[in-house]
Amino acid sequence: MCGIVGLYLKNKALESQLGELFEPMLIAMTDRGPDSAGFAIYGDEVPEGSIKLTLRHANEDYDWAGLAGKLKTELNVGVEWFKNSKVAIFKIQTTDVIAEAFISENAPEVLILSAGQSIEILKEVGLPENIAKTFNLSGMKGSHIIGHTRMATESAVTMEGSHPFSTGMDLCLVHNGSLSNHNRLRTELEREGIVFETENDSEVAAGYLTWRLQQGDSLNEALTNSLKDLDGFFTFTVGTRDGFAVMRDPIACKPAVMAETDDYVAMASEYQALTTLPGIENAKIWEPEPATIYVWERSSDEGVK
Amino acid sequence: MKTINLTESTVRDLNQALHDQTVECTEREWEVLEPKGQHNIACGLDQNISVDIKGPTGYFCAGMNKKAHITIHGNAGQGVAENMMSGTVRVKGNASQAAGATAHGGLLVIEGDAGARCGISMKGVDIVVKGSVGHMSCFMGQAGSLVVCGDAGDALGDSLYETHIYVKGEVKSLGADCIAKEMREEHIEELTELLNRAGVDEQATAFKRYGTARQLYNFKVDNTSAY
Repeated sequence: MCGIVGLYLKNKALESQLGELFEPMLIAMTDRGPDSAGFAIYGDEVPEGSIKLTLRHANEDYDWAGLAGKLKTELNVGVEWFKNSKVAIFKIQTTDVIAEAFISENAPEVLILSAGQSIEILKEVGLPENIAKTFNLSGMKGSHIIGHTRMATESAVTMEGSHPFSTGMDLCLVHNGSLSNHNRLRTELEREGIVFETENDSEVAAGYLTWRLQQGDSLNEALTNSLKDLDGFFTFTVGTRDGFAVMRDPIACKPAVMAETDDYVAMASEYQALTTLPGIENAKIWEPEPATIYVWERSSDEGVK
Repeated sequence: MKTINLTESTVRDLNQALHDQTVECTEREWEVLEPKGQHNIACGLDQNISVDIKGPTGYFCAGMNKKAHITIHGNAGQGVAENMMSGTVRVKGNASQAAGATAHGGLLVIEGDAGARCGISMKGVDIVVKGSVGHMSCFMGQAGSLVVCGDAGDALGDSLYETHIYVKGEVKSLGADCIAKEMREEHIEELTELLNRAGVDEQATAFKRYGTARQLYNFKVDNTSAY
């Protein structure tokens, strides 16, 4: 089943309340996905030439200070970091390739959940309410955020199998539905150099978008191509550094409802996840059309259809 | 009039109170406040009562309705009035997909737009939509009428049996075995009566009629030899 939610702020004054506005949206989707939950939040950007990584270790007492120290001395670069439950956010003054290679060589047991200038991904197994509390979601700031509550179908209930999935810089995807051609597509994408961490079908969709973007597609073009190459049923919400996109398959049996005001654009699997947003009574509310791409980006701030 | 606020009562309590009216009707008028998009509001009613829901509802609102008159003062989620048997359901806003799915009787009025698959497998209900309907509307419709004052999306009336479809605006495409048909006097009469019942101010003569071409498997007499 699964529930997906997204909130993109048009009004910068609300950025300090992003987590507070989003938390009840995620929790409202517990009925659709009680086994795990996660979210990708965008904000607190690092400058060009630096990289922000979301790292995770199964042991909550993992020695992050040790890893940061090693990075500093051995790579001779600046490192800032903070811990949030089993996850740590590392801001490193180097490129993604160098940082990721160093971590996989020197701390192979550390999982890299996301890499980019802006993105942070936090996800765990358990009830959405508990996960929101664990990571102190309500206190988080940012420009946009997408989240997922999972009822597992295509792979096991594990942290790794929970959404959002990120396979490229600042890109992530949450998915409600199920893909039928993910095995074949995964093999083809692996041949193109895309690396997958799980057997999950949604990760393949994220990997597909990463591959198309690497080929020079715009987000819009990548999503248009995915309508041709992905078989199955889906509602996707995709986060990028600048904004977010929503798309449903041509049959559109997986639900989605959107709301827009002067302050924000929000999407959810069900309307009840939107009821706590300010001004929702007077928001423009609609269901995304099948096989139609909706994009909001910082650069335009206009919905593109 | 009895008022129930869904921030104070559960949907289950509300539905139980409404079901109790089947045994002994003690209150004809009901008002439901703050529904906040919750599912299964006012389902399975079986009494001649009126229920006004003041706000948006979630899935299956007014499902399986018998005799009751239910008005949603807001948008309705998926499957509003699904499998309704009789009575009236009126949505003041828009309705999500599968509005009136499999409904056997009664009248469903949607004052805004309806999403995909409006009237899917309908079996006798009359549905009047003041706005437009989404793709695959009336899929496998078996009986009753679907009236659309706006436009219809792709594949209207796919695999239709005997439902009458009337559309005033554009039809994006017709589904398998659905064709435009002549609007005869009896259809003008039927549509005029439906528009009156729904309280919709439109001229029946402005509509086009669509129905089944009766060319699919089930309509072929040769196929009876299979049994």
